[in-house]
Amino acid sequence: MKLIPEHSFDAIIIGAGGAGMRASLQLSRRGFNVALVSKVFPTRSHTVSAQGGITAALGNVDNDNWLWHMFDTVKGSDYIGDQDCIEYMCKNASEVVYELEHMGMPFSRLDNGKIYQRPFGGQSKNFGKDGQATRTSAAADRTGHALLHTLYQQNLKSNTVFFNEWYTLDLVKTDNGNIVGVVAVCMETGELSFLKGKCVILATGGCGQIFKSTTNAIINTGDGLGMVLRAGFSVQDIEMWQFHPTGISGSGVLVTEGCRGEGGYLVNANGERFMERYAPNSKDLASRDVVARSISLEIREGRGCGKNKDHVHLKLDHLGEDVIKTFLPGVRDLSITFADVDPIKNSIPVVPTCHYMMGGIPTNKFGQVICLDDNGIEKIVSGLYAVGECACVSVHGANRLGGNSLLDLVVFGRAAGEHFINNHSDINESLVKDSDVEFSARRFFDWNNKKGEHTVSEIRSELKNIMQEDFGVFRTGSVMANGLKKLFKLRDKMKNTFLSDKSLSYNMARIEALELDNLISVSVTVAIAANKRTESRGAHSREDYPNRDDDNWIKHILVNSDDKVSYRPVNVTPSTVDPFKPTVRKY
Amino acid sequence: MLITVYRYNHEDDFSYKMQEYNIDVSKCNGVMLLDALIYIKDNLDESLTFRRSCGEGVCGSDAMNINGVNGLACITPLNKFNDKVVLRPLPGMPVIRDLVVDMTAFYNHYRRIKPFLQNDESVSYNAEMLQSKDDRKKLDGLYECILCASCSSFCPSYWWNPDRFLGPAAALQALRFVNDSRDNKTVERLSYLDDKYNIFSCRSIRNCMYVCPKGLDPSKAIAELRIKMLNNNI
Repeated sequence: MKLIPEHSFDAIIIGAGGAGMRASLQLSRRGFNVALVSKVFPTRSHTVSAQGGITAALGNVDNDNWLWHMFDTVKGSDYIGDQDCIEYMCKNASEVVYELEHMGMPFSRLDNGKIYQRPFGGQSKNFGKDGQATRTSAAADRTGHALLHTLYQQNLKSNTVFFNEWYTLDLVKTDNGNIVGVVAVCMETGELSFLKGKCVILATGGCGQIFKSTTNAIINTGDGLGMVLRAGFSVQDIEMWQFHPTGISGSGVLVTEGCRGEGGYLVNANGERFMERYAPNSKDLASRDVVARSISLEIREGRGCGKNKDHVHLKLDHLGEDVIKTFLPGVRDLSITFADVDPIKNSIPVVPTCHYMMGGIPTNKFGQVICLDDNGIEKIVSGLYAVGECACVSVHGANRLGGNSLLDLVVFGRAAGEHFINNHSDINESLVKDSDVEFSARRFFDWNNKKGEHTVSEIRSELKNIMQEDFGVFRTGSVMANGLKKLFKLRDKMKNTFLSDKSLSYNMARIEALELDNLISVSVTVAIAANKRTESRGAHSREDYPNRDDDNWIKHILVNSDDKVSYRPVNVTPSTVDPFKPTVRKY
Repeated sequence: MLITVYRYNHEDDFSYKMQEYNIDVSKCNGVMLLDALIYIKDNLDESLTFRRSCGEGVCGSDAMNINGVNGLACITPLNKFNDKVVLRPLPGMPVIRDLVVDMTAFYNHYRRIKPFLQNDESVSYNAEMLQSKDDRKKLDGLYECILCASCSSFCPSYWWNPDRFLGPAAALQALRFVNDSRDNKTVERLSYLDDKYNIFSCRSIRNCMYVCPKGLDPSKAIAELRIKMLNNNI
């Protein structure tokens, strides 16, 4: 008798944010039987928090060209983004935005009725030669909310099967390495199920909860990365973490780069618009890594604002009430709620805050997960895709441009769905053993049986402190080496951690324990990769290696759960243009 | 601060109890009610159960009844309380555990109004459908809903007819699609509302508007839907 009941689908999608729901939509519209598994009701996914917009060279406001978008993205990635994938994303950007509009997404509009676009950081015209571009499409400053709700609505229309508030424990892998489904637990009842599918598409989002101060939702715990690591595969570029320049000081709540796109700017304690010094051309619309570092330097050199001199000010009051109320209403609400500041009258206190995971599960441009065999040769993991923030395609490289994350979700969510439609094959049933399924359920029972003296929250809080202090905006070899040691110790301490609440009914304590497994696995890989990369590139800024080292480090770092490091080359073979060669990155 | 929380787990007992937690709010990692709940769960009682996600009032997970009024814990500042707060699950919905309620019926009402754009015209993805600024403005105050259910679960008419009244949240979305210049099923949408309950259970009590954490006004939306039905001879 099977211990765990089985439900069969064509495809199992884990995560109901923008990427997961775009993938499920592609499949369910074509009549495939799709299970969409999410630990929260779909519209509670973190995509909902995205504010500023989705970038595509629509050219609604100004001349534009998707190749310029591609150039900016390659430059933004500090030249370790894969150029074939960046090409694919930028080339398809306009089409996916028009699709979203046709689905009913409530974009803001221009006078001529076309989709509204605003300038965003790191954007240029004519390959950096003709100044700032205006390329980011927006629904006021609630673009993520508008996008996520629209995709949920379309999935309702196309009869996707939702497993809302089901938590996925692990992938089910056969002896020959194929992925044939997952084991998931229904949070309401605590019952386990084997959800079997011809493929699993991971769309579990980021892992910003490894940092103490983050703009990420509490649910962003790297669950997909944990699953992939436990299945014996690697994560890629995981040392690359974006610190968003403008998190509200104290709470970490995000205010969009769109504030600066609309004409806002940063000032230090002296009232100086300091970005003019660091990025004479782009100023406040330089790339996020550049702006975040500049703010950190201002604070470090004593020019921070407030009585603790620990933040800078984002000035919007000169934009006028109309612009703020029409295009930045959400930011105004957040600022009033979390900083007690109305940006119509006063400046918002902001500080760089952990925001986005550029690394993740390595994939090709179809979302197929890539692993290295024993000889270091690349191969595709059969039956497994990853899309969205949990994936590393890699289109963001060492630094993501604003507006490219929502784009990444829909372009590659759609691509993975489309690839499955054209390439799927039936599961070889004889290979799926009950013991494989039971193995994937083990964490559930392990946590019930664990004994010890430490609580989940205690370990988690230690973890966040280590990551925040040792792997932040500025990094140093000795500090990081020590940080890694502390993480290894913490990983041992985890064995001594127990769960007091063993109820089956909506047990959030158990979910948090299961999430902690993922947080710690991901943190260790971050620390290993960050120690390994002995240069400064994009968001990875080392004080002991302040320069970019193109001779040795134009490559991806991979780390697996045995703490083993390997490398992959960066793709420089786009099909329509000559590759963009690394040059000094100035804004 | 004395935080009193409704506790219920059917595995322990079929009745609920009110449990008190006395906490020093300066120890919380933030200034909002959600931070206090997280503090309790992390440090005093792992079993306390509530939903949460974004922590900034846009995902709609942590709606609950706070001192008798529905709202989101993550954007309710602790300094608003006079050292005492009583938390209960959203009223009028079946309790799963503690502050977590079963929202299935609420979501089904949303689904009933066909909350997706319907447009018969042939679709080409080479350009957007045009929409004037004025037409787009008709979606403001509607599309921002976060489906937190603060409104529907605070509506006496919804308590009375939870199976047949759409409730304020679903009604608000009905107007969002009626108002969208790109949707061409306006008459069908309005005709669907034509029965005793769907929107006519509303008695304009306006609790919905009073509690909406996004400042929306479903009560006004229902009035507008009724006028549009009249204007379309429904």
